[in-house]
Amino acid sequence: MNRVLVNSPLLKLIAERVALGIVLLFAVSVLIFAGTQILPGDVAQSILGQTATPEAVANLRRDLGLNDPAFVRYFHWLGGVLTGDLGTALTSRQEITTTLMPRLWNTLFLAFWAAVVSVPLAIILGLLAVRYRNGPVDKAISGFALASTSLPEFFIGYLLVLFLAVRLQWFPSISTVYDGMPFLEKLKAIVLPGTALVFVVLAHMMRMTRAAILNVMQSAYIETAELKGLSAFDIIRKHALPNAVAPIINVVMLNLAYLVVGVVVVEVIFVYPGMGQYLVDHVVKRDVPVVQAVGLIFAAVYIGLNIVADVAAIVANPRLRHPK
Amino acid sequence: MLDIKRIPYGAWLGLILTGLLVICALFAPWIAPAGNGEIVGDVWEPMSSAHWLGTDNLGRDLLSRMIYGARTTIFIASLATALSFSLGAILGFLAAVAGGLVDTLMSRMADLLMAIPTLIFGLVVLSVLPSNNMTLILVMGVLSSTRVYRLSRAVAVDINAMDFVEAAKLRGESLRWIIFCEILPNALSPLVAELGLRFIFSVLFLSALSFLGLGVQPPEADWGGMVKENKDGIVFGIPAALIPAAAIAILSISVNLVADWVLTRTASLKGGRE
Amino acid sequence: MTVKATSKLRRDNGLLLDIRNLKVQAVVYSPSEKPREVTIVDGVSLQLKRGKVLGLIGESGAGKSTVGLSPMGYGRGGVRITGGEVFLNGRDILKGGVRELRRVRGSEVCYVAQSAAAAFNPAHRLMEQVVEAALLHGVGTRAEAEKRAQALFTKLRLPDPKSIGCRYPHQVSGGQLQRVMTAMALCSEPDLIVFDEPTTALDVTTQIDVLAAIKDAIRDTGVAALYITHDLAVVAQVSDEIMVLRDGKMVEHGETRQIIEAPRMDYTKALVSVRSIEHEEKEPTPKPLLSVRNVTAAYGGGAVKVLQDVSVEVHPGQTLAVVGESGSGKSTLARVITGLLPPIAGNITFAGRPLAPKLPHRSKDDLRELQMIYQMADVAMNPRQTVRTIVGRPLEFYFGMRGRERDARVAELLDEIEMGKGFIDRYPAELSGGQKQRVCIARALAARPKLIICDEVTSALDPLVADGILKLLLRLQKIEDVALLFITHDLATVKAIADSIAVMYRGEVVRYGSKTQVLTPPFDAYTDLLLSSAPEMEVGWLEHAIHGRRMESAGN
Repeated sequence: MNRVLVNSPLLKLIAERVALGIVLLFAVSVLIFAGTQILPGDVAQSILGQTATPEAVANLRRDLGLNDPAFVRYFHWLGGVLTGDLGTALTSRQEITTTLMPRLWNTLFLAFWAAVVSVPLAIILGLLAVRYRNGPVDKAISGFALASTSLPEFFIGYLLVLFLAVRLQWFPSISTVYDGMPFLEKLKAIVLPGTALVFVVLAHMMRMTRAAILNVMQSAYIETAELKGLSAFDIIRKHALPNAVAPIINVVMLNLAYLVVGVVVVEVIFVYPGMGQYLVDHVVKRDVPVVQAVGLIFAAVYIGLNIVADVAAIVANPRLRHPK
Repeated sequence: MLDIKRIPYGAWLGLILTGLLVICALFAPWIAPAGNGEIVGDVWEPMSSAHWLGTDNLGRDLLSRMIYGARTTIFIASLATALSFSLGAILGFLAAVAGGLVDTLMSRMADLLMAIPTLIFGLVVLSVLPSNNMTLILVMGVLSSTRVYRLSRAVAVDINAMDFVEAAKLRGESLRWIIFCEILPNALSPLVAELGLRFIFSVLFLSALSFLGLGVQPPEADWGGMVKENKDGIVFGIPAALIPAAAIAILSISVNLVADWVLTRTASLKGGRE
Repeated sequence: MTVKATSKLRRDNGLLLDIRNLKVQAVVYSPSEKPREVTIVDGVSLQLKRGKVLGLIGESGAGKSTVGLSPMGYGRGGVRITGGEVFLNGRDILKGGVRELRRVRGSEVCYVAQSAAAAFNPAHRLMEQVVEAALLHGVGTRAEAEKRAQALFTKLRLPDPKSIGCRYPHQVSGGQLQRVMTAMALCSEPDLIVFDEPTTALDVTTQIDVLAAIKDAIRDTGVAALYITHDLAVVAQVSDEIMVLRDGKMVEHGETRQIIEAPRMDYTKALVSVRSIEHEEKEPTPKPLLSVRNVTAAYGGGAVKVLQDVSVEVHPGQTLAVVGESGSGKSTLARVITGLLPPIAGNITFAGRPLAPKLPHRSKDDLRELQMIYQMADVAMNPRQTVRTIVGRPLEFYFGMRGRERDARVAELLDEIEMGKGFIDRYPAELSGGQKQRVCIARALAARPKLIICDEVTSALDPLVADGILKLLLRLQKIEDVALLFITHDLATVKAIADSIAVMYRGEVVRYGSKTQVLTPPFDAYTDLLLSSAPEMEVGWLEHAIHGRRMESAGN
């Protein structure tokens, strides 16, 4: 069999999915831009406040290029974004890119460690729930899942602060990180926000993992394996797992996307110098260029992880990998 | 008929708690021991017989604030849910029955809106819109309606493909009969369960926005805003901020329990008697 | 290994399987009630000698699959063996615990499922799965097992036996997969194979090939088998003995010839005589009620042609049977006649007037006089409506009947379909399969139609229930003088009820005429294949049929 021939439809599907993602990203950039430009607020007015003279407002409008037609400003902005220039913050007059980069790394650092803890934990708990289906373990796990999807992030966050930071004083209540901070101290600083984030995604990821594995375990081919006399372990290893990998990867990626978003509130709780904190500060100040830039980056990460989830599902599907 | 004895304990708990909170919201001025903005004592007084939940960061009675907060939270969340539901369900049904270009256009639009995380998009839009409750309801309602749209469209498409709908079409029934007498009765249960989930989403979304300072603006306060007001006390070991946070949790867990029950009932009920 | 050795030692006494007084129960969880225990199999005993085939037959709910799975100590979805003994090779396998059962499964007893397409793991190549059990239980090395598998592929007449093992399940057709699964069962050289409806999901012309392959494989390898099916004609071809089950109890057990030719119990007699409906063929009239002329239809805007130049006629008060396998276009024909799929060429006249191609352009009388009954009665009725509304709605809609007048007519119709008044306030979920189909018939009759299209109306039903429905339709046809257009894949049904027949193959009518004309030789190649493939209730039919065939089946 010709390998290239066998692989090509798969590559085509993946290419299609990635292309679709890029188109979507452009559409999203339009939407974000439109959302901040066409809606009834006037940026110049809101920067200067209601007391500003009409002349001052008009001057600022000109300085900001607000008198150009919207699509000209959009392409100007987009051109900047594509060359790594996210513009200048209205309030601080600083380059957004330079302020943003260290914060982006901080956010990714936090999200990464939250994922390192939550992904294996969710999969193991999901497996346990399936193994002891309808038993007390399963019920406890799904009860916990129900509760934790209903809890606001700040409830978990402040509970952690109150008990682990204030009462027991194990960890700092404010997660300060800075450049050149020793790695272990940095880790210690993010224990609390990390734990809060783990709680945010764990339940959801666990529920979905459970559903994905259960779906596979109820297939007829699992019965076939059982009737061949395979042990429970072999059935899972040889027959369930190869089919469960795709849905599980999918679940994980979707939840990582969720995690990157959940970071916003958690960063505010722990005053963590990340993207979320940065975004919220500038929404309050109505600093539109910053909001656009950060919003676009969040959306890009979210869409990117969704593409990875879809591509993983495509690659793991034997029907697509070995076409007729 | 609905048999009261068959309601599971979880759903009972959910129904009772939700009911209590709704009563607080409806009759706040008669139930609350003190006024909403009334300063009755010192800052962050502990729980006492005079002030059951203590006082807040300005010395206001926390219990009274909580009761008024219930009103704001439930009011805004309900309106946002109502908006998202009417918008999402009507458009979803329309897309399913009309099909073709209408369906494609609306579905792509929903895909696009859902490609941006809800909170992020909410923040982006709120950065330019005036801060008032109307804006909040509109933004939350529209963003949340995409999910209702997807669900109702999917449910309606499924039912529309069933033989009994085809039989009705072959009989010559009007579009109105098909939507209201054939499709709607069968779509109701999943939609009712979704209603609960959308309400929880609205409560959590509103609380998050208020906590970030972008939701309900002072002096008015919903529960999320009260968490923000009192959060500075946490580092001194004062748990006042946890009380409204817990209230949010209780409300959404209760509604979740009810929605869960409605959903399992739907899944197990193949139609017929209720 | 030791198990294998002891089993070989016990060969002399000849008895392989001895099930004594088997009792199987399950806990049923119903959302509206407390979980309760139901008995699925009650006191069934059977014995099977080496190399013999026992057919287990019964309708749905008879417990035949449950009995069939007991030699593997397996219960599906919460089903437990709660009483009795299962002796295999002289020892009670239920006594040994899970380890012992694992040693039996895939080694002494192997299983062939109804849907091989679902029973193969999509993630592994076929060969990997075929030899898996043999390797696990130490029946030779991998090379030996693969060699044996290839020999079995050849024996089962699979194309390309050397390389078919390298394919993935989705790359192989349904009929082939069913044979690969048989090879998989035989590969670990078991003493017993359990066949669970292995040909039910296949088209008739494919079924006969698979059936013949299975029969030869059983004969050549000397394996014993339990053959589970609801189709007595099929089981008569492969088994030495037949056991008839009903509601978890044994009805009759005997040699195949005795069961088929001289059944003792009434229930068995009914099963044997199924579809032997007396129906006198009527002559075509000069004025047909419905005539379809040169109709061509396609999906996807003309891209996929599913009907090619089809012409048929239905005469007043008579039955036209449209027969064909999956993909023949027979259901599409129904969609074209009802107006759901406008044809791209050709026209249809009904009761002397031309019928608009599109549904919305048809008059209310056109709609009323042309009714339809579906295969799946449970999705053809709105689950939220009672029988009163379901049957009453056409009365309201077409005749403006209301209140008591309507209810009286509904009651009359229910009487006609042999269902008493107690049913008028029931929901579809509270009816049995046969009752549901009867209500659908009543709904069609309520419109006082001239023609009813019946799309596979009996194929989802058990044979006896289906028989009842067919008899009812014929009786109603006489009373109401309604014409039937009967779409089916089942030739036995066609022979029982048709006045004229159209045979369809790949979107074309390949043979059309009165019942006698169509069923009298000389045949065209496809009709010959189709007719010769339909199982008949006689011992030795299979060999005869395979021998006399001219055309290879299309789907295999």
